[in-house]
Amino acid sequence: MPNLTDLSLLEAASALRSGDVSSMELTEACLERIEALEPQLHAFLAQTPDLAISQAKAADKRLQEWRKKPEEPLPLTHGIPVAIKDVLCLEGIPTTCGSRILEDFRPPYSATSVARLIDNGVVVLGKTNTDEFAMGSSTENSAYGTTHNPWDLDRVPGGSSGGSAAAVAARMCFSALGTDTGGSVRQPASFCGITGLKTSYGRVSRYGLIAYGSSLDTVGALTRSAADLLPLFTAMAGHDPLDSTCMPDPVPEIDLDDCNLTGVRIGVPKEYLIEGIQDEVETAVRSAVKVLEELGAEIQEVSLPHTDLALPVYYLIAPAEASANLARYDAVRFGPRLKSEKLWDQYLRTRGELFGPEVKRRIMLGTYALSAGYYDAYYGQAQKVRTLIKDDFETVFKDVDLIACPVAPTTAFRIGEHGDDPLAMYLEDIFTLPANLAGVPGMAFPVGFDRNDLPIGMQLNAPHLGEMALFKAVHAYQTQTDCHLRKPDL
Amino acid sequence: MSLTVAEVRHIANLARLQLTPEEERRYAQQLSSILESAARLLEVDTAQISPTATVLPLQAPLRPDIPRPCPPREKMLSNAPDTEAGMFRVPPVLE
Repeated sequence: MPNLTDLSLLEAASALRSGDVSSMELTEACLERIEALEPQLHAFLAQTPDLAISQAKAADKRLQEWRKKPEEPLPLTHGIPVAIKDVLCLEGIPTTCGSRILEDFRPPYSATSVARLIDNGVVVLGKTNTDEFAMGSSTENSAYGTTHNPWDLDRVPGGSSGGSAAAVAARMCFSALGTDTGGSVRQPASFCGITGLKTSYGRVSRYGLIAYGSSLDTVGALTRSAADLLPLFTAMAGHDPLDSTCMPDPVPEIDLDDCNLTGVRIGVPKEYLIEGIQDEVETAVRSAVKVLEELGAEIQEVSLPHTDLALPVYYLIAPAEASANLARYDAVRFGPRLKSEKLWDQYLRTRGELFGPEVKRRIMLGTYALSAGYYDAYYGQAQKVRTLIKDDFETVFKDVDLIACPVAPTTAFRIGEHGDDPLAMYLEDIFTLPANLAGVPGMAFPVGFDRNDLPIGMQLNAPHLGEMALFKAVHAYQTQTDCHLRKPDL
Repeated sequence: MSLTVAEVRHIANLARLQLTPEEERRYAQQLSSILESAARLLEVDTAQISPTATVLPLQAPLRPDIPRPCPPREKMLSNAPDTEAGMFRVPPVLE
């Protein structure tokens, strides 16, 4: 048996079933790996070894019973150690969103996505680092320090789900949950050389996901391959009476052994391979598209003409929604309070001092876009242009089944590289924002390495609720290639 | 589109954020450049376009109105910075 943390999730699931390994052994191997690497990476905001050990014990007990009746269904996630992005509530465990304004907050309930995974037998190792309230592309906006990229410790892991991406890439866990409002699962997956799924808006319940941009927020997962990701997705997806925007549509079951791309039409949008994109990213994406073609896909150029408007649309809509969502941090019901004589001053002081610079920037941008006299010009106009962006996707998906494009214009950048220039940081998201505005799913996966040996990611997008087509295509690619198997030297 | 320090102060007040004078200056500059970069959005002709508030086709789904138990009061108060007699305690609201 190789090093236990090097097993894929599916290999681990199969070893658990056969009894070759116990959930406790997998859990201990992950906890040891976390202990060894956490000082360099800082992927976690809270570790939960006691919870993990008690869940592993329970998982092993259930496995023993199951082996007597192996005809009973047992989820593939059963007994598998995972980590959870710190914007998803886990009852009783500190959940901070990377913000001082939620320091020591212990949620009184768990997010539906988290609860469903726990019901499916996962072992929770801890909560992973994130840009404050998921606002950022590098984890540099976390109030608790930056996560380091396992491929190069001087570089960012991407963000906002950077802690989750680093933990998976470094083999600290078999999978981690992330969230994607403007690229926050796909871009860190790309920067860390792993596979990440942004689900369709409304596919996975947002109950217990601490809100940022409510019309854009989605829950997803990061793993080392599409095949490893599928059991997590099927465990989490599907209607939740606690989230009225969670779609009632059934989640299809698919067999990944039977992946064939013959006749699958894939569009490459000409607006995405533009000047300013790193040469090696473009080359790697074009080669990966060739591989998909060799696997039977039909490739054609397509056009999403409003792509360049996604950035300003996103940076008006998301902050507007954030300014409303983050009004709840009033130091009355939860979070630390900076004492003042009057309630009004307490609001001003607590929020002014405990929100970080990027969060305050977006709250103000949103407040401005929604304020009297500017609402129609900014927020209203952004919502109308959002319609044009959404229509672009609907038009293209009449002709193709999938869209292939880069995840980010470059590979992982250096910690501190964008300094205090918010616009430079926002440009990191130009290729990921459109899927959020259109509500469609996307999967990022590694397709190469640049001259510095940093991973390069590509994404596929599918029509709304079309996740299964993403799993099939990425799995087919990963059966023919080995980028996803490379691991960082740590 | 550029924002003055006075406008930033007004927005910060609407958003209940106390800023230092240095933050007011920096945000005036940064928010102005973000809004400038959004200017091309304002030029798009959207006279015939309806806004997208949600991408979902759902129309206010209904569910049966069945009572269910609330979480216990102590649990919901457990994160509060200050409580009294089973309630959230706050400084004076009125003069």
